[in-house]
Amino acid sequence: MAPKLPPQPPLQHSTTAAADGQADSHAAPPKGILRWLLTTNHKEIGSLYLIFSLTMFFIGGIFALVVRAELFQPGLQLVNPEFFNQMTTMHGLIMVFAAVMPAFTGLANWMIPLQIGAPDMALPRLNNFSFWLLPVAFTLLLSTLFMPGGGPNFGWTFYAPLSTNFSPPSTTFFILALHIAGISSILGAINIIATILNMRAPGMRLMDMPLFVWTWLITAFLLIAVMPVLAGVITMMLMDINFGTSFFDAAGGGDPVLFQHLFWFFGHPEVYIMILPAFGIVSAIIPTFARKPLFGYASMVYATAAIALLSFLVWAHHMFVVGLPLVAELFFMYSTMLIAVPTGVKVFNWVTTLFRGSISFESPMLFALAFVVLFTIGGFSGLMLAIAPADFQYHDTYFVVAHFHYVLVPGAIFAIMAGVYYWLPKWTGHYPNEKLAQWHFWFSIIGVNLTFFPMHFAGLAGMPRRIPDYALQFADFNLLSSIGAFFFGASQLLFVLGIILCVRGGKKAPAKAWEGAEDLEWTVPSPAPLHTFETPPVFHRTPH
Amino acid sequence: MDSQEQTQVGVRRTVIRTLAVLVGMFAFAFALVPLYDVFCRITGINGKVDATAQRIVHEEVDVSRHINVQFITRGSPGLPWQMSVEMRQMSVHPGQTAEVDFTFTNNSPNESWGRAVPSVSPSNATRHLRKVSCFCFEEQLLQGDERLTIPLVFQLARDLPEDINTITLVYTLYPVEHSAQNASLTDTLNNSAKSDLHSLVQGDLKDDLKDGLKNNKAAGVAI
Repeated sequence: MAPKLPPQPPLQHSTTAAADGQADSHAAPPKGILRWLLTTNHKEIGSLYLIFSLTMFFIGGIFALVVRAELFQPGLQLVNPEFFNQMTTMHGLIMVFAAVMPAFTGLANWMIPLQIGAPDMALPRLNNFSFWLLPVAFTLLLSTLFMPGGGPNFGWTFYAPLSTNFSPPSTTFFILALHIAGISSILGAINIIATILNMRAPGMRLMDMPLFVWTWLITAFLLIAVMPVLAGVITMMLMDINFGTSFFDAAGGGDPVLFQHLFWFFGHPEVYIMILPAFGIVSAIIPTFARKPLFGYASMVYATAAIALLSFLVWAHHMFVVGLPLVAELFFMYSTMLIAVPTGVKVFNWVTTLFRGSISFESPMLFALAFVVLFTIGGFSGLMLAIAPADFQYHDTYFVVAHFHYVLVPGAIFAIMAGVYYWLPKWTGHYPNEKLAQWHFWFSIIGVNLTFFPMHFAGLAGMPRRIPDYALQFADFNLLSSIGAFFFGASQLLFVLGIILCVRGGKKAPAKAWEGAEDLEWTVPSPAPLHTFETPPVFHRTPH
Repeated sequence: MDSQEQTQVGVRRTVIRTLAVLVGMFAFAFALVPLYDVFCRITGINGKVDATAQRIVHEEVDVSRHINVQFITRGSPGLPWQMSVEMRQMSVHPGQTAEVDFTFTNNSPNESWGRAVPSVSPSNATRHLRKVSCFCFEEQLLQGDERLTIPLVFQLARDLPEDINTITLVYTLYPVEHSAQNASLTDTLNNSAKSDLHSLVQGDLKDDLKDGLKNNKAAGVAI
């Protein structure tokens, strides 16, 4: 068990945020539900995002468990194949658009103004609007499950013509839901860019910003660039379905392969949208608990930017089997492998930051370290998939499923959990129960590996994804995966319990809750008062 | 101007710029549709052949190479037609003009419109497969229980890449929605315009064909 950090006395500092009577300059917020409907405060909106994301994480998780329950043994037991397809699709859509993305936006809302010394987001009312679009979008999306013909059943990638000519009638609602969620992401991204570029504390240059802010700035640019493409694609689908156009219909001169090009032109940057902020979180946590400044700050920034730029040049590696010409296969193979270079720089920097640090293993650090190891495993299986000739074997098998779950679950989601444990003292004023958090960590890491590691082998042996039944030789791998999935799912209840206990009480946290933490958010009291940095803090440059 | 105002101005500028990018990217997504078509037409990499007749190029037949041309026909739900081809595959020399008969059968008692959409594999052979006459250039109308045989006349260009020995030509049938009223004035006009053009092309074609066949003797050997 890791030693606990001694609690530090709250720092005395000059920001007026700590001064009493600060709240007097603001009108009393409305009570009850209206307070949350009308709030323009970045901390409250951040909390709303995080609670929404956690709720959706469990809904998406239940869908995943339906899938895993059906795959527990060969044959068709629990659900019929049509419903199984809806579950795989909904699990993907909910986890990507309603769990991971809003969680990062929530963390951005909470932490970016605190980390750059801004009083709030640049556009607080827009901020409120972007959040409240989300419950609308996903209520609509989930309601399709109860419509005649069922919900979307064509996989989260909704390839045409499966999602146009052969889709259930509810697809139009699916498109509308995705449009609304997309608008929410876009507005959130505009807000984040406007905040970061215009509201930094005096004296804070771009290259002084914490890496979480940097990675989010780059992520927001990715969102601005690719969410309109997604909007375009689903608009074309809408027109193909309802207005008789044939963008993706070969009968009318369209091309289904065009759909895949457009989708992945959005889709590949999208996967980096889900991982770059995670890099930022880990880059904040590792230096804190290694008690050393981050190694290679500038190279981290450039590596992030390089990954973002490269993400626009690799989309067709998802499409090696559609019959690309050899030249294109080679181009996309090499450009994909090139991404391993900036990613390798990042992993190197994290490891080097740890090197000869005085490391302690509190729960945020455990999740961050697990992130580094397991995300790297996911990165390596990605490199295997990038090999075009080998991809002909791996394509659409469980190997792909194993790969992207390794980068998304112990990647993005572990980073989010690390961030939550790291910043909970700042949000609530209490440390999370460390013992509970450690149990959560160890259960999660066993669950994740038990669920997803056997999928590599099932995939290499040829088990196709998105099929409710499988050949007998895959039975053992699937048995393990299903046990792991239920174990992982159940252990997330510890996470919720930990958060609830932490909100209600616990060991008091000082302003600087972690000994090695350096950024501006640790200069405001814990819990952070509703309004902080109303007069900008004085930023003292620490050499990175 | 105090710093508060400066921030406001900065925020407004950022928002305007990001909105411009946003609109630009949305337009770009739609612009990609024609761009993709143009790109594919130039490079031929999506297996789509020209939708218009091409002239025969008179060039010497390269008898040293035998290219196996395979034909696949596929129906589709919603169109009660059957499409068959006189031979599954034939051997053709580059430069040679070849002809093969396709038969369309309407299995229902009602008339219907259909269209055969071609695709060529491997895709880098697309540009070298020159279609002189093809039913795929236009929609077909079959009366109830009608049976229609239409030839496909094509030529493989001499510059067909060395590594290609087999070319597969796939035709997929798709229904075309033409309600009775829909065959309205514009359609008739279009069709007559098209058929004028077509007959012109066909006229040329007949001459070319005669020459071509004379020069090349057999039009492909069934295998």
